[in-house]
Amino acid sequence: MKHIISILLENEAGALSRVAGLFSARGYNIESLTVAPTDDASLSRMTLVTRGTEDIVEQICKQLNKLVDVVKLVDLTGDTYVERELMLIKVHAEDQVRDEVKRLVDIFHGQIIDVTDTSYTLEVTGDSEKIDALLQALTKITILEVVRSGRLGIARGEKAFC
Amino acid sequence: MELTGAEIIIECLKAEGIDHVFGYPGGAVLHIYDALYKQDEVKHILVRHEQGATHAADGYARSTGKAGVVLVTSGPGATNAVTGIATAYMDSIPMVVITGQVPKPLIGNDAFQEVDSVGITRPVVKHNFLIKDVRQIATTFKKAFHVATTGRPGPVVIDIPKDITAAKTRFSYPANLKMRSYCPVNNGHSGQIKRALDLILSAQRPMIYTGGGVILSNGSDELRRFVGKLGYPITQTLMGLGAFPASNPLSLGMLGMHGTYEANMAMHHCDVLLAIGARFDDRVTGDIKKFCPTAKIVHIDIDPSSISKNVKVDIPIVGDVKHVLSQLNHQLAKTQKQLDESALKNWWVQIEEWRSQDCLKYDRDSAIIKPQFVLEALHKITEGNAFVTSDVGQHQMFTAQYYGFDEPRRWINSGGLGTMGFGLPAAMGVQLAHPDETVVCITGESSIQMCIQELATCKQYGLPLKIINLNNGYMGMVRQWQEFFYEKRYAMSTMDGIPDFVALAESYGHVGLRVVKPEDVQPALEKAFAITDQLVFIDFITTQEENVYPMVPAGGGLNEMILV
Ligand SMILES: Cc1ncc(C[n+]2csc(CCOP(=O)(O)OP(=O)(O)O)c2C)c(N)n1
Repeated sequence: MKHIISILLENEAGALSRVAGLFSARGYNIESLTVAPTDDASLSRMTLVTRGTEDIVEQICKQLNKLVDVVKLVDLTGDTYVERELMLIKVHAEDQVRDEVKRLVDIFHGQIIDVTDTSYTLEVTGDSEKIDALLQALTKITILEVVRSGRLGIARGEKAFC
Repeated sequence: MELTGAEIIIECLKAEGIDHVFGYPGGAVLHIYDALYKQDEVKHILVRHEQGATHAADGYARSTGKAGVVLVTSGPGATNAVTGIATAYMDSIPMVVITGQVPKPLIGNDAFQEVDSVGITRPVVKHNFLIKDVRQIATTFKKAFHVATTGRPGPVVIDIPKDITAAKTRFSYPANLKMRSYCPVNNGHSGQIKRALDLILSAQRPMIYTGGGVILSNGSDELRRFVGKLGYPITQTLMGLGAFPASNPLSLGMLGMHGTYEANMAMHHCDVLLAIGARFDDRVTGDIKKFCPTAKIVHIDIDPSSISKNVKVDIPIVGDVKHVLSQLNHQLAKTQKQLDESALKNWWVQIEEWRSQDCLKYDRDSAIIKPQFVLEALHKITEGNAFVTSDVGQHQMFTAQYYGFDEPRRWINSGGLGTMGFGLPAAMGVQLAHPDETVVCITGESSIQMCIQELATCKQYGLPLKIINLNNGYMGMVRQWQEFFYEKRYAMSTMDGIPDFVALAESYGHVGLRVVKPEDVQPALEKAFAITDQLVFIDFITTQEENVYPMVPAGGGLNEMILV
């Protein structure tokens, strides 16, 4: 099953490679991973998506917690949470395709953020299913480039993690 | 007054009460060596290979409980140390390893003797640091010793660029430390303790299985009290031997692949298993699917990730073994609940029947020296009181089976990583920590050659080790597996070109003895142990194709042992 794990870690050189190294050394899978400093510059917040049986995910969480750089960790999957992903996508767009792409972008509440005579660059946010759905809808159009941020997650409700 | 980074390092070591550093110099650490030269509180032991430094520091740590300290140069100094760091990591041994690094401006340039030491060691350390500013040295050392010695202990590497050891700043060693991301739990959850004790007391066929965690936490006294009060059978892992006395009738000896028949059978048939500071290693459990099929399991461990990793347990208790055992003792003293005496009596009848198989019997009248015989003779002559290190192989298993350790921290071997070459340098560390004690290294003709150069270190520092070389002319343990599983095709496990160990020992300035007849074993040991101011290397020419029995073959359950 898919698990989305939120991790607060020391914003130190090497902290990311400790997490990544743990996954490769123990053969765990990482579906996506995003990391950036928080409002407290000494901390980074990481969102990691992994798949595994309950036992494996329990081990993953324990092993992550054991890393000296990890301050706190929560498996969001156990609770209700909001998840978002950002995608930037560059497509070939000429003639009537331009209209069609524009229509699709509107339907998905996205934006066109860069334009040339022959291309559009689009921006969309949403949960991963929505992003996947847009990609699906664009299959007939020539996609030049796709960048996805990987998922971010945050628990619903007023309770804060840090 | 301002001090250089190098001087600060020495001050940090003094502040931590470090009396010995094991190391080897080189370009990147010359400032530190210069600072060492100018003082005499911290004694530096010069090894002959950096692997030896790490094992020596490791032996020092295992025999004292204090952190061992290593100092090596950048590049090859650091890479040579990796085997010893990994060895300490696998057995959770507290160690602080200082590696020199190229000057900060050169990092990343493929400079002379540059390697990414932090990257290379990351998977085999509890934590590591790269110091980037002279002002970070003191707090980094404080953190390093704290992390290495608390919680589940382990090695910590501090990588220090050369220019930072020359830079200056004011020194003050932090009195205490708070790390928001590192706070090990010592006390067990009181509810879990009560629940665990209820289950333990309700057992019809109880079994206690303990590991290295008891020794690491110094929980031996608490364990003896607890087991003694209950009268339950106890078995110990390779790493746990000595925490509970082997000579106590409640002890069933070691368990696992080369454990005793009675220990493994009792494990298999118990209805309540109490695991303490042990991690259900594959060498202990045999086939996990067949492990303790009828048992409810309580597991005490300081590392939450050890719990339910290999075997699902019913009552986990996270905490320091010593603390948790004293909580259990406390609870036991005040509980109303009684254990089932008659069930326990029946259980012991069954266990004694298993024990009467005498699974460690061997031919005591052999015309060729049996390794088991040497170990029993050694036990007699040292009265079971020696510090004993070993290398890896059959001789290691024979020592675990036949030496009978009664005290913790006396049995020093590489269990987790199984590092050949560990025995001799580890014994040096033990002897330096305990100058007046008898220190013995049990080895084989293959293992000893992996760190034989340390014989020179022993000479330089006058370490009167007794080296027992069980010379069977084979990588015995490899040969045994080839005999059992590859129809005796002894691919590359024959040791040819064996040196004349007696002459070799003598060339290093030590005493060398060779023993070929069983009747000479006792006199040779007497002679060797009468020499207290010199290292004695005794080369015992033993039976060549001895096998370690009993044995749980790969894929077998603990009840499926091959007996002699
Ligand atoms: C560094 C290292 N290389 C290889 C091995 C694999 N290995 C395990 S036991 C063994 C043979 C040990 O032979 P010896 O030291 O003569 O001891 P014996 O088994 O004969 O008692 C080998 C090669 C190991 N444990 N460590």
